[in-house]
Amino acid sequence: MINDNIGQVNKQMKRRILLDKFARIIFISTMVVVLAILALLIIRVFIQGFSVLNISFLTNTLSTQADQAGILGAILGTLWLMAVVVPTTMIIGVSTAIYLECYAKKNRIHSFIQMNIGNLAGVPSIVYGILGLTVFVRTLELGNVVLAGGLTMSLLILPIIIVASQEAIQSVPATLSEASYGIGASKWQTIKNIIIPASLPNILTGAILALSRAIGETAPLVVIGIPALLIPFPGSLLDRFTVLPMQIYYWTLDASLVAEYANLAAATIIVLLVSLFILNASAIYLRHKFKVNY
Amino acid sequence: MNAIIWNEQNIEETNTAVFNPTNQRIYTTENLNVWYGEKHAIKDINLSIYEKEVTAIIGPSGCGKSTYLKTLNRMVELEPSTRIEGSITYRSKNIFNKDYSVEQLRTQVGMVFQKPNPFPKSIYENIAYGPKIHGIRDKKVLDQIVEDSLRQAYLWDEVKDRLKDHAYGLSGGQQQRLCIARCLAVKPDCILMDEPTSALDPQSTLKIESLIQSLKENYGIIIVTHNMQQAARISDKTVFFLDGEVIESNHTNAVFNNPSDERTKNYIHGVFG
Repeated sequence: MINDNIGQVNKQMKRRILLDKFARIIFISTMVVVLAILALLIIRVFIQGFSVLNISFLTNTLSTQADQAGILGAILGTLWLMAVVVPTTMIIGVSTAIYLECYAKKNRIHSFIQMNIGNLAGVPSIVYGILGLTVFVRTLELGNVVLAGGLTMSLLILPIIIVASQEAIQSVPATLSEASYGIGASKWQTIKNIIIPASLPNILTGAILALSRAIGETAPLVVIGIPALLIPFPGSLLDRFTVLPMQIYYWTLDASLVAEYANLAAATIIVLLVSLFILNASAIYLRHKFKVNY
Repeated sequence: MNAIIWNEQNIEETNTAVFNPTNQRIYTTENLNVWYGEKHAIKDINLSIYEKEVTAIIGPSGCGKSTYLKTLNRMVELEPSTRIEGSITYRSKNIFNKDYSVEQLRTQVGMVFQKPNPFPKSIYENIAYGPKIHGIRDKKVLDQIVEDSLRQAYLWDEVKDRLKDHAYGLSGGQQQRLCIARCLAVKPDCILMDEPTSALDPQSTLKIESLIQSLKENYGIIIVTHNMQQAARISDKTVFFLDGEVIESNHTNAVFNNPSDERTKNYIHGVFG
């Protein structure tokens, strides 16, 4: 009887161990597939782009001659775009988060708003492009300029920044604000002196990640009508502009006409990827540097 | 009902400890009721609290003692859906009056919390925070306030060489004394303490207790405590709360040695709670 049981257990044991190994292999192989695709992409881009990537590529203006073309215009355009997006989203996003966390009564309207901010974060970017086209480009008659593009991008990442800032504010322990109220500080003094400084590193981390999304986003700008070939640089908020991902898009589109354009696109991808890696790395650095254990 | 205001006759008979009839009343609570949503947390309380003495509030968990303490500086209103009825008079001012702001009230009535909660700033900035928000900018004045407050809280000698260090580098007991110093820095009249030693080791607890003894020379102190020995050691008067009601309030000696209510007796002797 007992022997029978042991035989049964041993049989089961073999199956269980086999299944365990099998599960492990499945999970490892899915990860390897994902990493391999990513690696393939990056290696291919680097091989193709490295030949044209040099200083003059970064400092030259756009040209129809592939060997003279550069992306200075797109780099400046991206910086101009950020000059609009950063202040707009930081001011509006953080203020909204402060209102929702510190002032708003937690009632049904609050949860309705909260739910819709979550929904907005999931709206496809092209829809924001259409909104920007209607409101900023057409209704306000700004045209396809830096300001219109920047405001459109701001709309796109605002929900992300609001949610990130809200989470940052929630992570500040209530005991700290109680301490501040307890010695007679007003609500605004408490927010300004205690809550914002304590949540700032997390707010900035969220903002940087949201910005890197705005830098890489293309669809809304396509809808707004960013020109395909733009030689003058943007010099003000009301100038026309192009950005790095747009440049990649148009060069890839035209690669069937001029084969070298594909290399230019690859080189631009390298520039864009490197800047995004730097941004994300700085977000991780910020988070660890200012992490406080209350 | 259980509305025993300090019964003067009773005091004459039972009190052998300090009683100074010239001490002014700080707080007068009349018919106070507090609800959290549907929960009736404080039921029809009448109570007076005097300056220059320590009033201990004891009672089992959830009896409303912390709620009462937080009502005294209106911190209870930070909780969602609280409702307050009745009146609390602080130094002849109705604290719920619109003309008397919570900021003003909380400047005069300091609070020390259960868990030490220094700000994530330097030791100096923790103390200077209060005076600064009340508009004091002069560096010399601030320096003086910081030193005075830390001395009053028996912390100066331990931290005078590292005022710029982060407050989180201090031990738990030091942090709690820092919080007391922070509250003294705005020159309050009365200090509310919500189980200030429950998160501390016995050594730090003793330090805080002797600090409380020295502070009562100048301040009215109301302390909520779970620890009955602590109440017996440091308080002049004791209030016993049960289920949101005041069961007994009298001189500490009387409450502990000769409780007038059976429930007080049971609680003190550890029969329940």
